[in-house]
Amino acid sequence: MRRGVGEYAAVALPLLAALALAPLVYSNELLLFNFIMFLILAQGLNAIYGFTGYLPFGYVGFFGAGAYGFALAVMHLDASPLLAMACAGVAALALGVVLTPLLRLSGAYFAIANLAAAQAVYQVISNPALQDITKGPYGVTLSSVFAPALSYGVALGILAATLALVAWLRNARLGLALQAIREDPVSAAMAGVAVVRGRTIAWLLSALIAGLAGGVFAWHISVFYPETAFDLSFSIFAIVFTLFGGAATQLGPILGVLLLYGLYNVIGITVPQYFQLIYGVLIVLLVLFLPDGLASLATRRGFRVP
Amino acid sequence: MLAHAILSGLVFGCYFTLVGLGLNLIFGVMRIVNLAHGDVVMLGAFAAFWLFALVGLHPLMSSVIVLAAFALLGLPVYYLVVPRLLAARDSEMLSIILFFGVQQIIEAIATIAFGTSERSIPGRVLGRGPLHLLGQALPVAWVVSAAVSLLAVALVYLYLYRSRVGTLTRAVMVNRDEALASGIDVNRVSALAFAIGVALAGLAGVFSPFMLGSATPAMGGDVNLAAFAVIVIGSLGDPRGTMLGGLIYGVALMLMQTYMSAWANLLPNLLLIAVLLVRPTGLLGRQVRRA
Repeated sequence: MRRGVGEYAAVALPLLAALALAPLVYSNELLLFNFIMFLILAQGLNAIYGFTGYLPFGYVGFFGAGAYGFALAVMHLDASPLLAMACAGVAALALGVVLTPLLRLSGAYFAIANLAAAQAVYQVISNPALQDITKGPYGVTLSSVFAPALSYGVALGILAATLALVAWLRNARLGLALQAIREDPVSAAMAGVAVVRGRTIAWLLSALIAGLAGGVFAWHISVFYPETAFDLSFSIFAIVFTLFGGAATQLGPILGVLLLYGLYNVIGITVPQYFQLIYGVLIVLLVLFLPDGLASLATRRGFRVP
Repeated sequence: MLAHAILSGLVFGCYFTLVGLGLNLIFGVMRIVNLAHGDVVMLGAFAAFWLFALVGLHPLMSSVIVLAAFALLGLPVYYLVVPRLLAARDSEMLSIILFFGVQQIIEAIATIAFGTSERSIPGRVLGRGPLHLLGQALPVAWVVSAAVSLLAVALVYLYLYRSRVGTLTRAVMVNRDEALASGIDVNRVSALAFAIGVALAGLAGVFSPFMLGSATPAMGGDVNLAAFAVIVIGSLGDPRGTMLGGLIYGVALMLMQTYMSAWANLLPNLLLIAVLLVRPTGLLGRQVRRA
């Protein structure tokens, strides 16, 4: 456990400090916020994919559920932003509970079923028939609670907690048990690991993280459409960032976000097709030649990546 | 109205069988998920469109060209990507990510080359006027597309069950390692299956302007979901299962569009999740042996 604290101090604290001070010297706060959001999502995905091997292709479903949990709480309950954040977390958790049976599926079946589930949630929320409740495809406006500085701080707090969770998972009994399950569920079960319980905890934690990210996203940008909140790119970006840096480490997804999302912002905004092309080539090369991410360059040589 | 919905559902079901067939073959033989399947369908649609718009080629003629050209296109892709992928630790999972990358490449190039506007081929090219079938009037284009699909399914069935390579292919589907151990050239069988799968996706694309509406570079994702639903409802690897899945999907889609049109787009997703949860091996699937 002491090692977890050390890893956190070495990796997470400098990052958090940099992100906390960055708005003072850099004026594009929305970009910084997006970095935080992807850091949260990548680490949340890391908690389920890195530690259990389940690839949640529809991870964005939790994000969208969180965003709409926040929006509905503000619109219909006049909730304060912090209470609405709690609703965002509850909404994503509830969706996670509903989707827990999907964990019975393995491999590609899980990924596809999860993708279908996220699409189904999107289609329900954006359906014009529910316009009175969710405003359907026309999007929501939450200008009454708009508070960029405060929501930036809350996002930073969520990131801090998420990083702590990953540092803890890497070194605690649960995380080690999960990795044993990932490598060989039958042997792990025989060695006395509670396979189903461990998996479910990791699944719900990562759902909660995505939901909170979605909630704070809704709060920070305050005007959005269902296709923004359920944009499949959120899943894809989180998966690729995590994979690029190296799953099941704390540093890997951070590197992935900083390098790839940085690259996206340099070339992706002006000519999205060219970025899409580069991105596609990068993904193919990554899977073929570096399937365990940048971190494996170091671990192969015997270094431990925090 | 009910009779019309069911009959047109069966006609669409034949076509959806074709949409899922290539994906099913590739997954069955190699245990990899070709997430770029929908984008290959899109390329087939554009090939048919340009062949029609530039040289006035009839879609039935284009379909022969597309079949051959896409099979030849599939081979180099197979040798570049798949053997290396199959050597990885968790190839099934990684294949999803890898073919997502391929999908991004195809979509980006298609957007750069064709723009984002919608392209379509008028349905009358395949025949004028409605066709009366069992007392219901259906567009000729639908019936022709369904007939071509049925022909393709029959040919795949003959290939798998009446040819020597097909027997070897089924052996690889059942157990890759044991097939390798008994001296089957697994790599060649897989390459062939991959090429056929890509060609079938292209063929489905040729008829997509008549069945799925106009073609755009971004259509791949929706096609994918339909194809996944179809092959999951049936069972993996078995063309008869795909046929069953396609028909169920087609009829369900038409019933939804007739009676609950606002929620029709939910159908593939709900059907997929429901079948996976109740019978993960598909309706015709046998119990999979797990370690």
